[in-house]
Amino acid sequence: MNVKTQYYDDSVKGFITWSIIWGTVAVLVGILISLQLSWPQLNVAPYLTYGRLRPIHTNAGIFGWGIGSFIGLFFYITQRLTKTPLWSPGLARVTLWLFNIGIASAAVTLAMGINRTKEYAELEWPLAVVVAIIWVLFSVNVFMTILKRKEEQMYISLWYIMAALVGVTVLYVVNNLGVPLHLFKSYPIFAGTNDANVQWWYGHNAVAMVLTAPPLALFYYFLPKVTGNPIYSHRMGIIAFWSLIFMYLWTGAHHLLWTPIPDWIQTLAMAFSIMLIAPSWGAVMNGYLTMNGQWEQMKSNYLVKFLICGITFYGLQTLQGPMQAIRTFSAFIHYTDWVPGHVHMGTLGWVSMVIFAAMYYAVTKIFETEIYSVKLANIHFWLILIGQLIYSITMWIAGVQQGSMLLATNPDGTLHYSFMETMIAIFPYYKIRAISGFIYLGGLVAFIFNIYKTFQKGAASQAAKA
Amino acid sequence: MLEKNPVVFIILAFVVIMVGTTITMIAPFKWINGAGDRIAEVKPYTPLQQEGRDIYMREGCNNCHSQTVRTLASDVERYGYGGSYSKSGEFVYDRPHLWGSRRTGPDLAHIGLKYPDPKGAWHKKHMENPQSVVPASNMPSYAFLNTPLNTTYSERKMKLLDFPYTQADLDDLKGKTEMDAIIAYLRKLGTDIPVKKAEAATQAPAALKNPFTDLKAVEKDAESLYMQNCASCHGDKREGNLGPALKGSAKSEADLFKTVFQGIEANGMPAFGGTLDEQKIWKLVTLIKLGAK
Repeated sequence: MNVKTQYYDDSVKGFITWSIIWGTVAVLVGILISLQLSWPQLNVAPYLTYGRLRPIHTNAGIFGWGIGSFIGLFFYITQRLTKTPLWSPGLARVTLWLFNIGIASAAVTLAMGINRTKEYAELEWPLAVVVAIIWVLFSVNVFMTILKRKEEQMYISLWYIMAALVGVTVLYVVNNLGVPLHLFKSYPIFAGTNDANVQWWYGHNAVAMVLTAPPLALFYYFLPKVTGNPIYSHRMGIIAFWSLIFMYLWTGAHHLLWTPIPDWIQTLAMAFSIMLIAPSWGAVMNGYLTMNGQWEQMKSNYLVKFLICGITFYGLQTLQGPMQAIRTFSAFIHYTDWVPGHVHMGTLGWVSMVIFAAMYYAVTKIFETEIYSVKLANIHFWLILIGQLIYSITMWIAGVQQGSMLLATNPDGTLHYSFMETMIAIFPYYKIRAISGFIYLGGLVAFIFNIYKTFQKGAASQAAKA
Repeated sequence: MLEKNPVVFIILAFVVIMVGTTITMIAPFKWINGAGDRIAEVKPYTPLQQEGRDIYMREGCNNCHSQTVRTLASDVERYGYGGSYSKSGEFVYDRPHLWGSRRTGPDLAHIGLKYPDPKGAWHKKHMENPQSVVPASNMPSYAFLNTPLNTTYSERKMKLLDFPYTQADLDDLKGKTEMDAIIAYLRKLGTDIPVKKAEAATQAPAALKNPFTDLKAVEKDAESLYMQNCASCHGDKREGNLGPALKGSAKSEADLFKTVFQGIEANGMPAFGGTLDEQKIWKLVTLIKLGAK
């Protein structure tokens, strides 16, 4: 009587594969632009200049790697949590095609200098429309699966997924409102300070709805799966969920402290940023307490390492972030390399670590096999951890050094250092950062090889069974 | 019920998201860019400047250069170039805003005040080969902007953005290069609001007396200051380039100090009073007067 539900996992595999490819592109371009900052001769005009490559790095990372893997893994966990096959496998296949066409066109058009300049919303209007369509197709598929579910209760992961579906749609549409000049150029409908306010409402909440809610959905699902422990408190998860999605939307202007944005918006952003520590740490503590009595798994279970390290970086990230959102501290480090240091702890540390664990687990389950090499997974873990730590720590030091030099004044009130002197002081850190990129890339290569071998092994054993 | 009804859940999540959105993002439209923000002197971009702005965007200059002088003393001192901090009214014609988020290069909100040269000679040299002007710079070369400007959409842009323009403005585009356009844009930045020149002049210290008499004592500092700030226009060996030769200047020390401090706008000589302190300027004066001829 115990009939197993037939899940549709082809698109899960497809999205995992392609998001890894786009993620690798993001890392490679990241390394190239980090080298360009030390050796400007490496800029190949006009297509491969820093100004055109940097948006390719961020878009490949956020949309290609981040959103790509979330779509794949959400197809995976939504089916399992609802005990229902995916609503429309055909739609999922179309979504994957559109996704790859969209990301590839994004890379090409950005290299050609076709962009809107608004950070993380650079893609010109035809591609922005494609991104919106991809997101809607994916959202409908997931939402319909949830509607038709056989499991009555909706687990906390589904809450985070649904919030992201709504949130990303609202943010993306509003920040992309514009008037087309022709096929490759448009002007936003907002101007100046308004445009800045809309942009950072979008920019910071992209962090909430793409780089926080989705990895939390993965974390809440995979930590219990991987450890065999139920989540410590479902209730705490729910309280943290509602307060998180309520408070995040007030905080965008902390990217605009001391600018012409009205002071009261800045102050609200600052206050809500600090309040966000509570729900963020609600999730962190939920993770830690789930490990009660099971901490030895940090040694014995490679997936726990990724997940617990990931949530730890989330905890650090959500303490550092609110600190940066305070006016006085922002005056010191804003516009310096401190901020890329912060961002990369979140993306390389928290988000990617959780995605890596989720991918390892999902791939072995889909193929009903074991991972090709646990040892290689451990090497992967240590290389990306070390790479990311070197990256972030050198950038924090560089940021503090440059920040203090930029603010230094002589007794008569004039500036002590020229801008160039502050740059010369931090050039050595740029070289160390480039090295950290190569270390991270080494970890990524270990991961790709391991996943590839596991795919191969899984396909072989499935063929044998058939 | 929430745990069982996804439709109710998604509506509620939307409402929760919209609270902060409404208060901090939608409501401010009522105030921002309104009459209170407007500054009469700030003018929209000309067709050439707007083309330059679009090239600035195409090349992603905003990835390294911000465009907002914050209300911090050090920001005003460093990037104000004699002007003040950035005000909302300066940006009302900016679609999109180009405030940026990282200063790998300096802020450009008021860059038009720094290099007053009407010919934009410094900018051209700098864009073509940044290291020829700032030896340690890590900026890429933009020599490829020396190509004819595509003006197909220039008029349509003006109409779409609702900026006033004349036929003379459009005729002015003829024969221009992309380089001309981006320099025209950079030269506009920050120059709409008049800077009180008279006040800036009186800021020069009253007692113009060089505290240094011995070149040896200051030579090392002076040489490094010279290489950083002056060499790009006056040549590595003070032999002259964009600017005149500085070997054995006939000017008095006090005059040299004033020239460095206040600049000579018509000739394109920038004022360094905002970026170099008095001691440093005197060291440079000492080098120019007493250095090897």
